[in-house]
Amino acid sequence: MAVTLDQTIAQKQHTFLSRLFSSQTFWVVIAVILACLFLSFATDAFATSKNLYNITRNITFVAIVALGMTFVIITGGIDLSVGSVLCLCSMVLAVTMHAGYSIEIGILASVATALAIGAFNGILIAYLGFPPFVVTLGMLSIARSLAMVASNNTVVFQFGPDHAKLLALGGGAWLFGIANPVLYMIVLALITGFVLRWTKFGRHIFAIGGNEHAATLTGVPVRQIKVAVYMISALSAGIAGIVETGWLGAVTTNLGNGMELQVIAATVIGGANLAGGVGTAFGAIVGAALIEVIRNSLGLLGINAFWQGTFIGGAILLAVLFDRVRNFRRSE
Amino acid sequence: MAVLELTNISKHFGAIQAVNDVSLSIEPGQVVGLMGDNGAGKSTLVKMIAGNFRPSHGTMRMDDKELILHKPVEARQHGIEIVHQDLALCNNLTAAANVYLGRELRRGVGPFRILDYAAMYRRAGQIFAELKSETRPRDLVKQMSGGQRQAVAIARTMLSQAKIVLMDEPTAAISVRQVAEVLNLIRHLRDQGIAVVLISHRMPDVFDVADRVIVMRRGSKVADKTIASSSPEEVTGLITGAIEQAA
Repeated sequence: MAVTLDQTIAQKQHTFLSRLFSSQTFWVVIAVILACLFLSFATDAFATSKNLYNITRNITFVAIVALGMTFVIITGGIDLSVGSVLCLCSMVLAVTMHAGYSIEIGILASVATALAIGAFNGILIAYLGFPPFVVTLGMLSIARSLAMVASNNTVVFQFGPDHAKLLALGGGAWLFGIANPVLYMIVLALITGFVLRWTKFGRHIFAIGGNEHAATLTGVPVRQIKVAVYMISALSAGIAGIVETGWLGAVTTNLGNGMELQVIAATVIGGANLAGGVGTAFGAIVGAALIEVIRNSLGLLGINAFWQGTFIGGAILLAVLFDRVRNFRRSE
Repeated sequence: MAVLELTNISKHFGAIQAVNDVSLSIEPGQVVGLMGDNGAGKSTLVKMIAGNFRPSHGTMRMDDKELILHKPVEARQHGIEIVHQDLALCNNLTAAANVYLGRELRRGVGPFRILDYAAMYRRAGQIFAELKSETRPRDLVKQMSGGQRQAVAIARTMLSQAKIVLMDEPTAAISVRQVAEVLNLIRHLRDQGIAVVLISHRMPDVFDVADRVIVMRRGSKVADKTIASSSPEEVTGLITGAIEQAA
């Protein structure tokens, strides 16, 4: 039977399954599930509700920031300042509330700080052409130092009149006994996934990561979008900071130290490409989950904690190896 | 009546005079070959029409109204479409996404509008069928051949009612069979009353499809005549400077 032009054009080259099997995120999910199954049989402590509660909650802070980072990484950028921004936003909230202001004003000040930092990063990168690595490396140092200035490098653990509200916001479990941070993470992940797949803004983010020059030529507002993604990234760090403050009940200027590398690792393990153009919300969550499960399991299996870095680093390399193998096969 | 008319257009970048006092007019349904050596000012001229640069001097008129462009989107709104030399494609997106890049179709009400994938796939498919190109709207551009990529870039110009299509070296990097396809497409656009400006180094293509040829050398226009009254030898002489000015 002759195949007409129309039939060729209408044909789908990839079925749902073939796409699933070729996705790095899918294999990381499998890895997480296998690790969990193995741990439930190998140890008594893993599959207890207390441990699972701990794991899910530990995932959230890295995962929430990783969601914001996903936007930046899809455009081909990087944001190294998230750990420090998280600390600064957390400290702004703590200091404002400690001074006797309400929780609303504290959160407002904290979110405004995050957005201002994101806008500053974004404008330097998009309009003045600074490399993202350099700008956010500078901000990593600046934001941490501002947090020390704001608190005089002390620990803040009294949050004024709304102290209890803040602890409930971060430490409570308002729905079916699921820890609040987990709920926030799920909501933010759904929003991120929706924006990336279904909005013009999301489509343009992918276009910028794929070919920035082409995006400019076809009329995509590249600069505005770049500023927006750095603001989203800083905002996600700010939100994580607010939630973490409520959960910990105290803020030190050490909060979020080195977190940027965990966040970037989570997005990369989840399938985002640092060269830009690829990444998903689900991937960011799954990447964060794999890192946490590895960490948790090492503890439960009684392996020396010094090995943690080796295993997490290995996971990063393995995840990217999958991607390389697929590309080799395609190019042959 | 001319669809586009340039009067005494110049462009300089600092001390460098890229385009010097060029005037020309383009009629609807006409294919104009724009030729010249590297650095002759072709690209700069085209980028001014495309809204990438603003002229330092001179005026552009479209349908007898003054045309001032601040950015590429405005050129597109006026019915000026460009097929860029590097095709300006995003490898990580599908063919349909590339066709609609910068003017995605959406459905929904008010601020709650989502991308209309179905409509974009359907319309992109129709355009590829019209172009007689075996290009699947759902495929990633990464996996496509040179001809298919060309089809994606050209399909963009057919989304809206274009008045002028500027093509920057559309036949430079494709196979012989595909060159014929692209030239057919140019005729297809012309038959619909669209003016086509074909920037090319390939003499046979220009003499095959164009009605008129404009030659630029060192920023100035040195010839503007019908294909019938010219010859490849004359054009070559004009491009290299062996002939100073067209007779």
